[in-house]
Formats: sequence, structure tokens, C-alpha cells
Amino acid sequence: MDFAGAYSWPNLSFILQGFGVTLIVAALSIVLSFVLGTILGILRYTRIPFLARLLAVIIDLIRNLPLLLIIYFIYIALPQIGIKLTPFWSAIAGLTLFEGAMISEIVRGGLASVDRGQIEAARSSGLGYIQTMRYIILPQALRRMMPPLVSQFISLLKDTSLAIVISLPEIMHNVQILQGHSLNYVIPALLMAALLFFAVNYTLSVIARKLEARRV
Amino acid sequence: MTGKFDVHVLINHWDRFLEGFIHTVESSIIALIGSFILGTLIAIMHISPYKPLNWLGTVYVEFIRNIPLLLVVFFFFLGLPSLGIPLDGFTSGTLGLMVYTAAFIAECIRAGIQTVPSGQTEAARATGLTYVQTMLHIVLPQAIKIVLPSISNQFINLVKNSSILAVVAGLDLMYYADLISADTFLPLTVYTFVALFYLVLTLPLSMGVHYMERRFSSADH
Repeated sequence: MDFAGAYSWPNLSFILQGFGVTLIVAALSIVLSFVLGTILGILRYTRIPFLARLLAVIIDLIRNLPLLLIIYFIYIALPQIGIKLTPFWSAIAGLTLFEGAMISEIVRGGLASVDRGQIEAARSSGLGYIQTMRYIILPQALRRMMPPLVSQFISLLKDTSLAIVISLPEIMHNVQILQGHSLNYVIPALLMAALLFFAVNYTLSVIARKLEARRV
Repeated sequence: MTGKFDVHVLINHWDRFLEGFIHTVESSIIALIGSFILGTLIAIMHISPYKPLNWLGTVYVEFIRNIPLLLVVFFFFLGLPSLGIPLDGFTSGTLGLMVYTAAFIAECIRAGIQTVPSGQTEAARATGLTYVQTMLHIVLPQAIKIVLPSISNQFINLVKNSSILAVVAGLDLMYYADLISADTFLPLTVYTFVALFYLVLTLPLSMGVHYMERRFSSADH
């Protein structure tokens, strides 16, 4: 084990660069999957006859597949039907699709936890459907959804590492390259990667716990 | 669509699909058993009144849950060989899955143990059972029954996560898919079949969990 060598500036900055890519991909995917998940969750909640059933089946299928397969499929198989994405956007597309499906279940559950009597009360006091959602249902649901949402975002950040299979230059990819330089760098590099992930995710989980505590 | 989707791929490469499928199932089951035992031990450590054990359990769960599975697998696949302990892809992948999933199962079981009223422990201890006997015969059986749906959920994750073996050449379904796809130049066909193979495993499990959750929650009310 060579800690001094592994943490020399060129190597350390290489690891940090990788973590930068990890964070950018994760941040974009968090925003996109939250938007997708919210739309899908609301659509399922509304119980539009055919659409809600169809979405339920598609979401269930996606949730039951490995994310690694989804990312790989987008990068390797989709070009065959003319959809070509770079590793960067393949990773974001895969993460958005998979985590969006997960988040839609959280959103649907959150909405369903608000008593339907509240909709009736809001509607009968003259609010429109959109207004009822916007001012009555969503604010309450969002508060209940926060803890599971944050956990899902922690998973997303960790799952970004799966993009190693399509050679996205994220942190685990760079750690593997360092291993090629010297076997003595492996353990120190893995340790550094673990600490970086832990620092970000632990902070997020503390926030999630605070939110949960406030709810009770 | 000709040339893009070809059902013959499944027939012509059936042996390799099957080989990968069996390895995926094998790895998942071994990792499930291992992580269940390890997770139970960690859960007991986590709630034990003995401070150092308690601390160790907490650190394990908090640390592992916040780092990627791939990192744990790389520790076995790249880290140990660098210390002179070589492991093959299947072994390091399965060990990684075991260590990673144990943290999640430990949390499930800990939550379950906390739902068992403390009066039961006191009664068991008062009738002369030791701490280990109380845990093994009184508390754990009740706790595990309560958290069975969430442990089953972890098993579904385990099956999906086992695809990580492909990253370390672990001979699983995703690994063989890569080989078949390279031979046939038909990734769309190959990965569609691979998706079906995974669904054959995960969908029935999901339905089982759904059924358990519904039955348990209706038993409560």
C-alpha cells in the first residue's frame, strides 16, 4: 500500500475529477428523475382508466430490472434503432428512467396518504382540480415524501458508479485506471472513493432524518 | 426490423444464456444466505447494550449503506489481490453482494426486533433463558416474521444487483450477454432476452412481496 503515492496531486486530482463527473451526472439525474417521477406519480394517482393501468405495468417492469442492464441497453442496444447517446447522456437517461420509476411510486404513495376527503372538501369549497392539487394535496404529500425521496437520491448517487460499464469517466472508472498504474494504489484509492461517497451521502441521510423527525 | 431482432439468437446461444442465468441465481442465493446470517449478527450487535459491539454495528451499517455496491465489490476484486489474496470475479462479486446487502438486512431485522415488546425479553430472562437463548428462540423468530416482506424486498434487490458481477467478469447473465452480443452484433435482441430472464426471477418475487404486505397489513386491522 502506497498512500503517499496514491494521494500525490496528479493521482488525487484524477480521483476528484472522477467524483466531479459522478456529482454532475447524479445532480442532473436527480432533477430529471424527480420531474419524471412526479409526472408519472400524479398520472397514476389520477386513475385515468387506460393510461394509469398502462403506466403501472411499465413502471413495474422497469423497477424489476437491474439498472446496470438499463444503462447498458441504452448505450449498446438503442443505436441499433438509430438512437445514439454518449456515455454521459446514456448514464443520465438510464438513471432518470430507473429512478424516475422508483420516485413515481413514492409520489403516488405520498399523494394517496392524503385523505381523499380533503379533495372533496376543497372542490366543494370552489377550488378547481389544479388548484386543489397545487394548494391542498401536493404541499401535504411533499412533506411526507421527503424522507423516502432523499433515500432514493442517496441510492442514485451510489448507482452512478454503474456507468463504469459504459466507460463514463466517473470516480470508480478512474480508481480502476489508477490500479493499472500501481497495485499499491488500489486500497488507498478505494478508501478515498469510499470517504467521498460517505461524506456526501451521510450528510444527505442526516438531512433526511431531520426531516423525518420534524414530521413526527 | 429484420436483422435488428432475431429470435434465433436465444436458440443458438441457449447454453450460454442458461449458464449465465444459473450463475446469477447461484450468486443471489449464496449472497442471500450469507447476508441474512451476517445481517442478523450485525442487528444484534447494533442493539446490544455492550458499547463497543453497539458502535461496531452502527459503523458497519452507516458506512456500507452510504457507499456504492461496486466499491465493496472492488475491494474484494482489486483490493484483496493487491494484498496478495487473489479472488475470481464470481467469488469477489458474491462476497461484495453479501457484505453490502447485510447492512440493509441488519436494518430490517433491527426494526423488527424493536417491534417485539421488551416484556417478552424480560419474561424469557426471568424464566432462566440466557441472552443468546432469548434472542434465538423468543425475539428473533417474531422479529423476522414481521420484517419478512422487507427482507424479501432486499432479495429482489439482490437479484438485480447481482448484475454487478458482469463488471468483474463474474460469469453471470450480463457477462454472457456481452459475449453473445459481441458474437452476433445483435445487442437489441440479446439484451431484450436478458431483461426477460431477469423478470422471470424478479416479477414473481415482487408479487410475493405484494401479497405478503397486503396479508400482513390486513391482519393488523
